[in-house]
Amino acid sequence: MGKARRQLPKAPTGIQGLDEITGGGLPKGRPTLICGSAGCGKTLLAMEFLVRGATEFNEPGVFMAFEETAKDLTQNVASLGFDLKNLIARKKLVLDFVYIERSEIEETGEYDLEGLFIRLGHAIDSIGAKRVVLDTIESLFSGLPNPLILRAELRRLFRWLKTKGVTAIITGERGEGTLTRQGLEEYVSDCVIVLDHRANEQVSSRRLRVVKYRGSTHGTNEYPFLIDENGISVLPVTSLGLQQIASTGRIPSGIPRLDAMLGGAGYYRGSSVLISGTAGTGKSSLAVHFAQAACLRGERTLYFAFEESPSQIMRNMRSIGIDLQPWVRKSLLQFQANRPTFAGLEMHLTMMHKAINAFKPQVVIVDPLNSFVIGGNETEVKAMLMRLVDFLKMNQITGLFTNLTSGGSALEQTDIAISSLIDTWLLLRDIEIGGERNRGLYILKSRGMAHSNQIREFLLTDHGVELRDVYIGPSGVLTGSARLAQEAQEQAAQTIHEQEVEQRKLELERKRRVIEMQISAMRAEFEAQEAETLNILGQEQAREEHLTQERVDMALSRKADLKPNHHRRGSK
Amino acid sequence: MKVKPTKPKSDPILLRLYVAGQTPKSMTAFANLKNICEEHLAGRYQIEVVDLLKNPKLARGDQILAIPTLVRKLPKPVRKIIGDLSDTERVLIGLDLLPRE
Repeated sequence: MGKARRQLPKAPTGIQGLDEITGGGLPKGRPTLICGSAGCGKTLLAMEFLVRGATEFNEPGVFMAFEETAKDLTQNVASLGFDLKNLIARKKLVLDFVYIERSEIEETGEYDLEGLFIRLGHAIDSIGAKRVVLDTIESLFSGLPNPLILRAELRRLFRWLKTKGVTAIITGERGEGTLTRQGLEEYVSDCVIVLDHRANEQVSSRRLRVVKYRGSTHGTNEYPFLIDENGISVLPVTSLGLQQIASTGRIPSGIPRLDAMLGGAGYYRGSSVLISGTAGTGKSSLAVHFAQAACLRGERTLYFAFEESPSQIMRNMRSIGIDLQPWVRKSLLQFQANRPTFAGLEMHLTMMHKAINAFKPQVVIVDPLNSFVIGGNETEVKAMLMRLVDFLKMNQITGLFTNLTSGGSALEQTDIAISSLIDTWLLLRDIEIGGERNRGLYILKSRGMAHSNQIREFLLTDHGVELRDVYIGPSGVLTGSARLAQEAQEQAAQTIHEQEVEQRKLELERKRRVIEMQISAMRAEFEAQEAETLNILGQEQAREEHLTQERVDMALSRKADLKPNHHRRGSK
Repeated sequence: MKVKPTKPKSDPILLRLYVAGQTPKSMTAFANLKNICEEHLAGRYQIEVVDLLKNPKLARGDQILAIPTLVRKLPKPVRKIIGDLSDTERVLIGLDLLPRE
């Protein structure tokens, strides 16, 4: 924001995520107050600030501990991979444990904290420190008498730290109604960060919030953070703006007919897909199809399973003809199975982030979402999912989530009310007809594409999911055996019809043959008559000729004239 | 105010006063200390003044925060008294020369 404007100089903490929230780090050369209840990670955060400063930014640091001895501190942070002894030996770090024991101190009049100033000043100068941590300076109040003097001296201390030009972290224990017990926030007003560690439904989560940052913009939300073997990581997952790039690329769902329903091409790449439905409607099967399709394209899929173990999923999917084992072996498919109760939401989110960053998948499946809903934490689950969806979108990862809707509630209602975050929403539902239960699938919404509005029957076969057209009957859609009966009925009607047509054709042919036979018989009869007639005529002619000859012969014998006889015969 | 009679006269008391430069508070403390010692510990005390501005390292070694701080190095255990030592009774209590209430 406002990069053109001069930003307040900042000292990067090097802590994952914190620099993003604070827009670059803590205010350079000024004190920052970090407060929170016991065990919330103040000391670790402060220590990481120093260690990162020393190792990554070449800024040596002084850690002044009022509560833990140098030995304890060194041991405690060794588990985070911080080697304090080495840093001290290299003059990158000074650890100074301030020992105060009230019972050993008698106050006999006015005093000041010049000793502390000299001590700190000496430590800073001895290594040229740029960073200072005072953890927890409020211990002075329990260790030294006369709070009035202490307050005045603390005010002077923070002013003095500013003049020294060191970036300081002052930690403080959270008080009742105030950020710190002794109201340190009155003195340290440049930057205040509150850490929180609370348990909800037996699941604890750590959070961080920048309450105040003078002269700088900052993320104001509560951000979950995690302490693990690599130190602290804060998740600034809610991006401050909605600026993800929307891909126009499409990826198939793994089920050709579903792709056809989704405008012919499947989901958008980088979109979020929700499959919701009641128990046993085949949500996971649909998800696995998608995973398999991704693996077939050579893309990586990360499958977060929160209800079934990987081997259980693989066994079950083999029954519908999908073998996931080869993809797991080829490292195209990775399962991350955890019980939702295993950790807090933030922890889950953080672990998911880490897994995604490590595996770099193109497809992420979360199965199912609603197992996170324990008790009344819907708002938190929603916030978490929003962060997850944002994160996936920013990385152009297609996310597919399943959600179990409970029997009684409306199908369109997800327990976690995340529908507004979802781009494509498939609804699987039971259709109860004729004493049986069948599965139906339809697309509730799919942003940015012309999608089918028809319900399809959803079948789980031994070679995967199949979608079938459903029959629309007078009592609604027909599925299952009702559909089969309907199909059989139509088949029968069709057969009868076809048979009738065939019958008519045969009849016609028969008639034709009969007529043709009649025709040929008549012709034969005619021909016979004709032949007979011709024969008779021939005989007659022959006889006549014979008679004529006889007459001629007779005339010849009688010496008569021939001619008139011949003429008479010709005129006949 | 009476010095405890049970304390043997031979016991040496080693005192160290930490100051930071010649501030009025330091001067007052030193003057007060001198008076108290002369009055209650005549002949068996020894005062050493440490200026932390000249020897800043010692602040860490002796766990000094407040100025002025009077440390009773001997006899053991070590006692710390902070402030300008204007409250004589508390100084004596701090030095175990008066019983704690």
